[in-house]
This record gives sequence, structure tokens and C-alpha cells, in this order.
Amino acid sequence: MNDDRPLLSVTDAGHRYGDRFGCRNVSFDLWPGEVLAVVGESGSGKSTLLGILSQRLRVDEGSIRYRTARADGSGGREGSAEELLELSTLSEREVRRLWRTDWGFVHQNAAEGLRMHVSAGGNVGEPLMANGWRHYGQIRAKAEEWLRRVEIPAERIDDTPATFSGGMRQRVQIARNLVFEPRLVFMDEPTSGLDVSVQARLLDLIRSLVAELGLAVVIVTHDLAVARLISHRTLVMKDGAVIESGLTDRVLDDPQAAYTQLLVSSILQG
Amino acid sequence: MSAPRIVYNEGYLDEQTKRVVRRALLKGVAIPGFQVPFASREVPMPRGWGTGGVQVTASVIGPEDTLKVIDQGADDTTNAVSIRAFFEKVAGAASTTRTDQATIIQTRHRIPETPLVENQILVYQVPIPEPLRMLEPRETETRRLHALEEYGLMYVKLYEDIAKYGHIARTYDYPVLVNGRYVMAPSPTPSFDNPKMHQSPALQLFGAGREKRIYAIPPYTDVESLGFEDYPFEPQRFDRPCEICGSTGVYLDEIIIDDRGGAMFACSDTDYCERTAQQRTEQQSTDTKEVTA
Amino acid sequence: MTYDMTHDLTHDMGTGMPPDTMLSVQDVRKTFTLHLQQSQRLPVLSGLTFDVPRGRCVVLGGESGSGKSTVMKMVYGNYGADSGRILLSHQGGVLDLVTAQPREVLAARRSTVGYVSQFLRAVPRVPALDVVAEPLVERGADREEARERAGVMLARLSIPERLWALPPATFSGGEQQRVNIARGFVTERPLLLLDEPTASLDARNRGVVIELIRERLAEGVGMLGIFHDADVREAVADATVDVHSFTAARQGSLA
Repeated sequence: MNDDRPLLSVTDAGHRYGDRFGCRNVSFDLWPGEVLAVVGESGSGKSTLLGILSQRLRVDEGSIRYRTARADGSGGREGSAEELLELSTLSEREVRRLWRTDWGFVHQNAAEGLRMHVSAGGNVGEPLMANGWRHYGQIRAKAEEWLRRVEIPAERIDDTPATFSGGMRQRVQIARNLVFEPRLVFMDEPTSGLDVSVQARLLDLIRSLVAELGLAVVIVTHDLAVARLISHRTLVMKDGAVIESGLTDRVLDDPQAAYTQLLVSSILQG
Repeated sequence: MSAPRIVYNEGYLDEQTKRVVRRALLKGVAIPGFQVPFASREVPMPRGWGTGGVQVTASVIGPEDTLKVIDQGADDTTNAVSIRAFFEKVAGAASTTRTDQATIIQTRHRIPETPLVENQILVYQVPIPEPLRMLEPRETETRRLHALEEYGLMYVKLYEDIAKYGHIARTYDYPVLVNGRYVMAPSPTPSFDNPKMHQSPALQLFGAGREKRIYAIPPYTDVESLGFEDYPFEPQRFDRPCEICGSTGVYLDEIIIDDRGGAMFACSDTDYCERTAQQRTEQQSTDTKEVTA
Repeated sequence: MTYDMTHDLTHDMGTGMPPDTMLSVQDVRKTFTLHLQQSQRLPVLSGLTFDVPRGRCVVLGGESGSGKSTVMKMVYGNYGADSGRILLSHQGGVLDLVTAQPREVLAARRSTVGYVSQFLRAVPRVPALDVVAEPLVERGADREEARERAGVMLARLSIPERLWALPPATFSGGEQQRVNIARGFVTERPLLLLDEPTASLDARNRGVVIELIRERLAEGVGMLGIFHDADVREAVADATVDVHSFTAARQGSLA
């Protein structure tokens, strides 16, 4: 938090589907330890934004820069050689290195983020093995530790996610994403599709892990209650544009844009 | 008998095709363990019966060569006999069952027990060339993983084995790292034979006909079987000797000998077994003679 | 006990912050625009000006609906302000909350401004002890030590120990409120915002809250409060700001 440079810096970013923009003129900076919620209804462009941030979609306009050291630099993660690099200029090898070491992605559907027929331990251990861990005992111990942190009983370590409930699958997915302690995690509606009680438990878990690890998170959600519970800042999107942004409780308590007022007034009071 | 109605080109394949295959082989030799795509042709046997191996052999064989073909370890199975006969006919090559007399050995599983030497070529018939296939079905993705040397996934497979069985249970097609760079599938070769690939004086060529891939290990190349620091690779072991020739430290087949489930264990390498047994008999008769004298 | 609420313009011209002051609200205007009601503009406050010195408790007065909660929310950052300055002594400098970036507001909440409201907004599943300990952990305290201090605070506010491991969502209204007070007072932030913290507490717990407030004041903490209870207000208030006199509608009608 005390670094004056953001971890992720987005300037006027946009993506076009044919002659129509999925999202456009999106700008924000994200610092370590910050959770940014992107809220909006279906078709608002929030998923397109997540797509370009995570390089699943091309950036047609503007820029997305990430703070890292050049591959040839000796700096490494903590090195002084870190600079804000334009993601589109990085090689595929470099981007994949970032996915292995610095970034995570929690999918709405756990089947997209897990190997459903590999054991929970194997799923959580894979990022370690991908980063050169070659000691079975250490890999397993770390996987056990992380399954415990996401509240999966130790005796389930050798069971496959295919045999798990929806909530457990999401927790395994979170463990798999956090085991190598990334700096930036993208989350795409991680709690929707779960029962309400399971949702609350998962949100609480995400919130405490994010705080403990000092992660930066971009979480896409249609649920303002989710944004309220775990995010520091919120971007409200409509028709591909950011129509309001700021401190989450200010956006929700004192919304300025007509659309945000409408969204906020539509929340069911709990 | 009248003259044959069709005259085949030497080695059956036409010269253009052989050139294509040889180019793929040269590329494979230049990048040990890397899977080179090639335009796999029809050969007169069904895909999955060794068509890749046959195309590789056809592209490197000449009339001065001596060919040995083994299926499992045996020279006398239908497939081995047919392939040998095929090349006698279309390449004019001599054939043998003796490892030490062959210049080219085509195999489906085994690496012969008799150590290979320089100038020998071992041709493997490969059903599935992609070691990551079972974990990552997308070919585009596995090629990228190879290109970027991302082999974490391979270890996931080994991890799963240890978690399930307490050891790496894989006994054939055990993944290897070639020349410190590419992870490679040794085809259905038993892990018992993996150590023979390492620093072999012979040239090892791999052909996958159905999958249209060729790869190679040049002579004297490092071939390391993958493992964990605390669970290193361990080749299969057999505690007993061959019941025919008495050899130890060889790969044994279980042979059912009666209808009551009785079995014996004997060398899978029939050539090695026969010659060892023969030597023993000669040795015994010499001993007997000496005693008599 | 009164002190000068108006501004001495000779004070520090660099920051606009009077000396020994935690909070200085200067000429703040606030309007709500209700887009869902024909974009009706609702002026709430204008010309709002007051200071909160260190070690003093300033109480917001004025009848219900005069905008007292709006003032609190602007100071905490939940509400924006149209114009003016809300200066906060923060980590040896001065932060203007009207123009501060979200992350600066967050940093101010973490280390400088605490908020105690009558309503608890906690994540459903977290045990009461952790709800209270969280602000300490966020500031980098050791978790066990934070829990210990949280326990002391809960005990003072007569939350029985058997409840500490349960999520406050299952508690009675009064218990939830006391958990919230414990959470607000557990850290040593130099400015506390008290939004009717004693509303529905029994006399004994009101007494504990008064005690807590006095202890913090003695330590030099500045406080801004809304107190429904006259006895609490009298026990702790050093000065009163009549919010009603800054109510935009009233000024409009006077003009």
C-alpha cells in the first residue's frame, strides 16, 4: 500500500465486437491490497472488461499496464527493476509466467478453473509443480495447508472435485489460485449459482484471505451486496461504459448517476 | 510364375514420401524429443498396427541393411513376422532375429536386452506420442506447453499416482525428459527399459502413423525419467530369474502353461533368451567334457 | 463549556488546518439529486463549518431530519460533498476528504477515523470476537493479540464469553450494538465518529460507553457525535454544532 505506483493501471481501455464496443473508455488504477468490484447487469460490459484485463480478449483501444520486472531483468517480484509494462507488448511466455506466478482467475463455474478428475490435492498442488516444486512431500503439505485454509476437510484431499458440492469446488478453486500467493486475482461472479448460506461463507472466506495476503482483486458481480461485503472500490458499468466509480460505500450510499440510483434502489433489503 | 503385376518402389514408399519422412527425422534428431508433424501415408496395414514405425523404417532401410522386428520382446509374433517379410520383399533387406546382427530394429514395446551399439537404429512404433494428452486434451495447448517448457502438468499425473498408490504406479510409457528440454512419451515401452534410452549409442526414432508425428533421440543423449525428489523414478524389477535361460535382471513375461492357472516366468526378449539358454547348454557340455576328460 | 466555532483566518495558510485540530469542516455544501424522482434536487446543507479539536467531543445538534447523519457520513466518506473542505489530520499531514482519492479515504479509515453507528454491518459468518478484532488486524496487529484486546472490550460491554465465538447476526439488537461499539473503540484512532452509539442501551452499558468516551478523550482523541440520550450528551459534550443553522432549506427560506 505504501508504494506510490499502482499494480495495475488501465487507461481508456476498450474492446470491439465487430463495429460495436463491448466496453470502452475504461480507466482505473489498482493498488496492492485493494478489492475493486465491477458491477452492472448482463450486457453492461463487465465481463468484456474482465476479458481484456485477463487477456482473454484483445485490447482494441487504450492501454492496460501491469507492474512487473522485465523477463530479462534480474529484479524478480520484489526487485527494484519493476515498472509498469504495457501488457500487449509482453511475449506469450512472459504473460504465461505472470499467470503462473502473479495472477489468478476464479471462474464462476468451478469446472472451468479446476481439473475435475484430478484430486483436490493435485489441483491445489499443480501451480506449485508448474513453478518447479519437485518434492512430493512438500507439495502435499502445502496443498493440505491450503485446503485447511479454505475449510476442506483433510480427508478429502485425494477426492476429485467432481465428487464435491458447488461451494466446496469454489473453495478448492480459490485454494488453487492462492497457493502460489499471487498479487492480482480476477474473480468472475465467484459466488453466484451457490445457495445463499454457502455464498455468505465463501464471501467471508474470500474477504479474509484477500486481507491476509494483501491481494489486489478485480471482482465482477451483478450483486451489489457482494460488492458491499468485499470490495473497497466499485465501478458501475452500463452499455459498455463506466458510469460511476469510487469508494464502494459512497457509490452505494450516495449514488450520483441515475442508473446507479436505480440499481441501489432495487436491492432487496436484508 | 509370371512377373508381379505391380512393381513397388524400393522400401514400398515413393521417393518423395521418403524424403518427407527423412526431413522430419532430421528435424527430430536436431531437436531431441520434439514431436515433428509429418504427412503420414497409407501403408498396407491398418493404422494402429505400427504404420508409423513402418514408414520410418521404410525411409531409412536399404538393401545392405539387416532388419529385426519385435512385438513385445518376441520376433515370432504375427505382426513382427509380417513386417519383416514385408521389408524382405519391398526393400530387399536381409532380416534377422539377432539383436547383435541387426542394423535396424523395429519395436512395439521392448528395447532388447542385448546392449545396442553405434550405427544401430531402433525404430519405435508409437500409438500416442503426446505425453500430456491424458491431462490436457487440447493439442493447441499441449504444443504451447512444450514450446514454453511448462511441464507442471506432467508432475500432476505422477502426484496423483503417489497419492493413490503410495508410489508412481506407471509401469509403461513412463514420461522422460530428453536432453534436458522436451518431455517425451517413450510409447508403450515398459519403464524397465527406460534406463536403456539414456546415453544409448544407437539412434532412436519414433513414428506415430495415426497421429502423424515423428520424434527422435540421437545417440548419446540424456534421457531422464521424471520423478519427485522424495519419490524418484524407479524402474520395474523382477525378483526371479527366467525359468528358461536362468537370466536375472531381465524383463519377464508371465506365460500361462496349463488350464489350471499355472504360469511360468520367462524372458520377453526371445532372441536373448534363446541365445543365453544355448550358451548355458554349451557351457554345461564343455564342463561335462572337461569333467570327463 | 464553549469554544469558538468560527474560523480564525490567520491559522496555517498552507493546509488551512487550525492547530491542535483533528477535523476542520469548512463551508461544505451538500445536495442530493433524486434521479428517480424527476431529477429533483434536494439541497441539504450549505456553509457547514466547524472544528473538532484533539481531546474534545463535539456534538451535532438539531432536530431530526436536519442532516446530522449526512454530516457524519460526509466526514466518514460515505457521502460526497459538493464543495468546501473537510480537512483531517492524518498521519502527520492534512487530507481533504472532499477531494481525496478512494484509497486515501480508506487509509484514513484504517488509521485515523473510526465510526461507531447503531447498526452493525458485519459479514454474516464471522464470530463476534473477530468482528471486534478485525480493525486491529487490518492495522497489522497480531491476530491472537488482537483477539485478546477484543475480548477485554467485549467483556467491558457485558457480552458474555459464550457468545464471542458466534456471529453477531444471531444476537439481539442491543448485543449487536455493543459488539459494534467494542469494534469502534478497540483501536486507538485519533478521531471517532459516534452515531447514536447508545440508542437502546441499558443504563449500565450507557455508563460503560461514557467511560470509554472519557478515556479516549483524555488520551487526546477527537470525537464527533450524535447522541439521542440527553444524559450521555451532557456527560461527554464539549461543544455543540447546530446543524439546523446550516440546513440549506432553512437558509433558502430565510433568504
